[in-house]
Amino acid sequence: MKIFRIEVTKHSDAGDHGIAAAAHRLGISSLRTCRKAQIYFLNFPTAELPTTDQIKRLCDFLLVDPVTESAQVISQPRPCPNDDQLQHADAPNEHVIEVALRPGVTDVAARVLERGAAELGIHDLEAATAAQFRLKGDLSPTDLHRLARDLLCNDTIERYSLGSIEPIFDHSSEARDHVEQVSLTGLSDEELLACSRERLLSLDTEEMKEIQSFYDEIGRAPTDVELETLAQTWSEHCVHKTFKSNIAFTLRSASGQALSVDEIQGLLRTYIQAATEKVNRPWVRSAFVDDAGIIEFDEQFDLAFKVETHNHPSALEPFGGANTGIGGVVRDIIAVSARPVACTDVLCFGPQDLIPQELPAGILHPARVKEGVVAGIGDYGNKLGLPTVNGAVIYDEGYLGNPLVFCGAVGLLPKGSHPTEPRQGDRIVVLGGRTGRDGIHGATFSSAELTQDTHSESGSAVQIGDPITEKGLIELVEAARDQRLYNAVTDCGAGGLSSAVGEMGEKLGADVELQDVPLKYPGLTPWEIWLSEAQERMVLAVPSGNLPRLQELADLWDVEIRDLGHFSGDGWLRVRYGGRAVAELPMSFLHDGLPIPSRTALYEEQAPDLSSLQTVLARPRPELQEKELLVRMLSHPTVASKERIVRTYDHEVRGGTIVRPFVGPHMDGPADAAVLKPLGTWGHERAFSLSTGINPLLGKRDCYAMAVSAVDEAFRNAVSVGADPDRIALLDNFCWGNPTFPDRLGALVRACQGCYDAAVTYNAPYISGKDSLFNEFEGQPIPGTLLISAIGIVPDMRRACTSHLKQPGNCIFLLGETREELGGSLLGQLLGWNGGDPPSLPEEPLRRYRAVHAAMQAGMIQSCHDLSEGGLAVALSEMCLGGRLGASVDISPVMGDAYSHPHVPLFSETNGRLLLEVAPSDRAALEEILSDQPVSFIGEVTDSGQLALTRNRQPIFNISIEEIVSAWKGADAE
Amino acid sequence: MNLPILILHATGANRDAEAARACELAGATPHIVHINQLRAGIRRFSDFGMLVLPGGFSYGDALGAGVRQALDLNVFFQEELTEFIETGKPVLGICNGFQSLVKSGHLPGAADDTVRRSEGRHALRRRDVTLTHNVRERFECRWVHLAVEQGTRANCLAQIGEPVFCPVAHGEGNFQVADNEVLEQLEGEGLVAFRYVDSNGERAGGRYPLNPNGSVADIAGICNRAGNVVGLMPHPEDHVDPIQNPLADGKGLGLSLFRAMIASAAGH
Repeated sequence: MKIFRIEVTKHSDAGDHGIAAAAHRLGISSLRTCRKAQIYFLNFPTAELPTTDQIKRLCDFLLVDPVTESAQVISQPRPCPNDDQLQHADAPNEHVIEVALRPGVTDVAARVLERGAAELGIHDLEAATAAQFRLKGDLSPTDLHRLARDLLCNDTIERYSLGSIEPIFDHSSEARDHVEQVSLTGLSDEELLACSRERLLSLDTEEMKEIQSFYDEIGRAPTDVELETLAQTWSEHCVHKTFKSNIAFTLRSASGQALSVDEIQGLLRTYIQAATEKVNRPWVRSAFVDDAGIIEFDEQFDLAFKVETHNHPSALEPFGGANTGIGGVVRDIIAVSARPVACTDVLCFGPQDLIPQELPAGILHPARVKEGVVAGIGDYGNKLGLPTVNGAVIYDEGYLGNPLVFCGAVGLLPKGSHPTEPRQGDRIVVLGGRTGRDGIHGATFSSAELTQDTHSESGSAVQIGDPITEKGLIELVEAARDQRLYNAVTDCGAGGLSSAVGEMGEKLGADVELQDVPLKYPGLTPWEIWLSEAQERMVLAVPSGNLPRLQELADLWDVEIRDLGHFSGDGWLRVRYGGRAVAELPMSFLHDGLPIPSRTALYEEQAPDLSSLQTVLARPRPELQEKELLVRMLSHPTVASKERIVRTYDHEVRGGTIVRPFVGPHMDGPADAAVLKPLGTWGHERAFSLSTGINPLLGKRDCYAMAVSAVDEAFRNAVSVGADPDRIALLDNFCWGNPTFPDRLGALVRACQGCYDAAVTYNAPYISGKDSLFNEFEGQPIPGTLLISAIGIVPDMRRACTSHLKQPGNCIFLLGETREELGGSLLGQLLGWNGGDPPSLPEEPLRRYRAVHAAMQAGMIQSCHDLSEGGLAVALSEMCLGGRLGASVDISPVMGDAYSHPHVPLFSETNGRLLLEVAPSDRAALEEILSDQPVSFIGEVTDSGQLALTRNRQPIFNISIEEIVSAWKGADAE
Repeated sequence: MNLPILILHATGANRDAEAARACELAGATPHIVHINQLRAGIRRFSDFGMLVLPGGFSYGDALGAGVRQALDLNVFFQEELTEFIETGKPVLGICNGFQSLVKSGHLPGAADDTVRRSEGRHALRRRDVTLTHNVRERFECRWVHLAVEQGTRANCLAQIGEPVFCPVAHGEGNFQVADNEVLEQLEGEGLVAFRYVDSNGERAGGRYPLNPNGSVADIAGICNRAGNVVGLMPHPEDHVDPIQNPLADGKGLGLSLFRAMIASAAGH
């Protein structure tokens, strides 16, 4: 065996890459430069060795850019030298760290290299890749190990070496057919729970007992395949048992008095689905039944929308976690036979400036998490050719150990084109990526809390995606759908084939042969094949007569497909390995055997902070002045520009982005929502909007208020860009702590109650949702976080509105009443004051939004912007900076003289408010349309270059556009 | 005019449908054809009057942008594609398509192509230009202005009057040359097709973000010596309707580029 090692370096590598700066942040100041090289290993286990000329051609065609790079080919790998040996006299203080993927982790570059080499006539090549970092500086071995572990290598998916790394090729292990019988007979409760823990099943005692008695009845022990199948099917992640459980809920006042005691028969049914049923919108095509919610778009097409979370994987391996998060939600869209057309993402991170010494053991620094997550989202969405158009980024110390990554996707499907009933005898066909040992236990792992040991225990749950394989799935399923080749489709997500086949065959039963599953490498035991969550796979139910046609399409689109078995019709799940049954379970036990849990929940209202705002502001401190507070708000990481992140996402691909994330003449002002025109529908003017509402800061104060405010925010953002308020559908995503604690569950109940009340008030249905529970690190829960995503129909994209000011001389109106609602506000956070009432539901918001929409349809509104964190002052500033125009605004109509300090009208966060810019010629008509609404004329657009705020014509403060821009854009300001 | 246009879909291409829409709006008939159909001989280059290599991430760009697609062009389609180009039919490479044309040596192409042809199948052209990582080392999506270079050999582009305004969306769009001589040669021979400019048409002069990726001499696109093969990083296919324009000023439609190239196909 001979291995070639090819090192490719760039001629002009200045040795920067931001690594020295990052090292300094870690406290390693002696690192001066870091240069990178790419390493390829070529192994020829069976074939004849290639000629020197062949290796050169491989380099020339595939590995080396002749203009910018050069290569060094080493035909005998040097024995791995230690760092001392690397200290050459001619290169003192030069050190080498090399990083490679662990065996089993998808190495796309290596696979592409193998196929490319075959095109050049070099066959039977095994490839592997690594990255080399050449570090200069006076660095101790301890420094080098820290740099490797904390900066250059993620132990979950990678390994490193000081000096040359030894390649590991994937194809090295033997097939294993071992199936274990796991006897549960006679085990005590404690022993059952220990068994669950040991095998990472995440099943509780009641569930283990149910399984024990089932197998005692049929008189045999479960196989490991069966136990794993049950654990996955019954996991919180797959079956959402908390949302289905019976809950005894007590609401208590701050003084400890019980205000109400309720029995809730399932949160999902009682609050979420109930709201959808109550509002009963005829344009809802599918809610809570399929992998994504579906609404009507036009006469020909429907729209599908789904938002998922990928929190735990992203905590361990930010790039891979977020990467596969996008991959997963896009497959949910493919699984309703839709063509994906857009992505969204909402991210919650810990503070970016956390000093490394304060980082708890077992977690990655929030800056590293953010960098990886953002790169992972961009990599997958960009490569799929999907515009990532809407989202939010929230920073809070509560997300330090457990960041949140919400990934959303939208798809377009012809009406009536999504078949959902597999038939008896249909073949079970798996499409796409091969199965490997990656992603084992993802479903059960995401149903448990994170601890500092999770990295080492559950590393196998985390994967790297391969978007190009997924792109093939998009094309193949769309083509197969159009030719009506399948009767049902689902994706392999959590639980892998077990979940996909188990769900699809719930009514019919299924019989599958695991030896037919295409594997990345041998060595997987049957349960691993069955449970693997390897990415980029779908399952179709295909009438056998359609298989040849499906194969033709698969060949065209370069997608591997394999027939695994059939839907039997006898109601049993039979999994075989080489013909031998390794699992035999009635579908009825698998799907209905799970005992419905009962839980207790308690919510205690917070004692209000009795210190009044007046007292807090009475202290004569400069940082309490209105202008200083505004600047602090604009530069607050949650409010400030996200341009550095968003520009790394392609938001233009597919050519349908009508309102994009940044607006205005400098294309840098914040948009309220995205408006998209799907390719293939340009025959009419209809488009759709995507918007979000999220405010965990408010949730820390009052979860009910957080829920109603999130709904209003998502809704008003949609209305701001031109969506019809009677055609807006909602998605709910809850990220919460461990729901077996009554306080966590009580807060969740309150949030669900808010969701119900708000949806009914806005007459807006929930069409899909997801909950991610157990978001805790070492016993500390994240702040309960509800994301509301809205998809709305924009009847006329040419009337779509943006938020930046357009024309000096235009009038500015504030629509909606302002109340003193500063509880859980940004102002409260900056002042360290926890008083005030939280925002509530506005009065008759739907009528208000309908009136605005009518004015927009009539072409009266020049710009429109919603008021959220930081209230009126922040919203006005954003309109000014987007348009690079000034405004002169008198706030006396807002709350009169009710408050001596203008802080309340400036910064209150009352829901249901919009700022409108109107040409003077349209002013009378607008006032007519809004005649029964609380609306005030507050000022006009100017070319003064200043936002000038007055009250009763007395100046409060002036701030220049440059100051606003520099506060909001920070280092990005030009 | 009903020019049949081949939109080549290599695995991982993703702006093919937009390119097809642009071709259609410009009056031609686009056909999106998978590279496997061409390999299988089900469709042929010679059936078409123009070729578009669209944007995307062919084969994931795992070994560098456009590298694997370039290999396909050289290994499977060397003769067909060379013949297509030599008959003077227009070829447009956008973003990943541009990267593939550069990395397969079709852009700017050798000064004396007969020398190369004698080397036969699988020969690699000597390359002295490339598209490499953006100087900011990250993917970026933003709208840019680009102007047609005065005196470019792609003289069909001369009819595009005002700067084209359209987005870039790439991580490896930084156009670089082996040395100054190469740059002088490109400029001297009229092989530069587009440069990044400001909204008034003034050269970006390397200023970010007008020049979004650090390309030498603000070069956004080049052509071959015959002027019929044009490649550029920005996406004119994403600005074919004024409603797509974020400045809403009605200017700089990318459609004009498709119109110009399609018009030039009429003679062949």
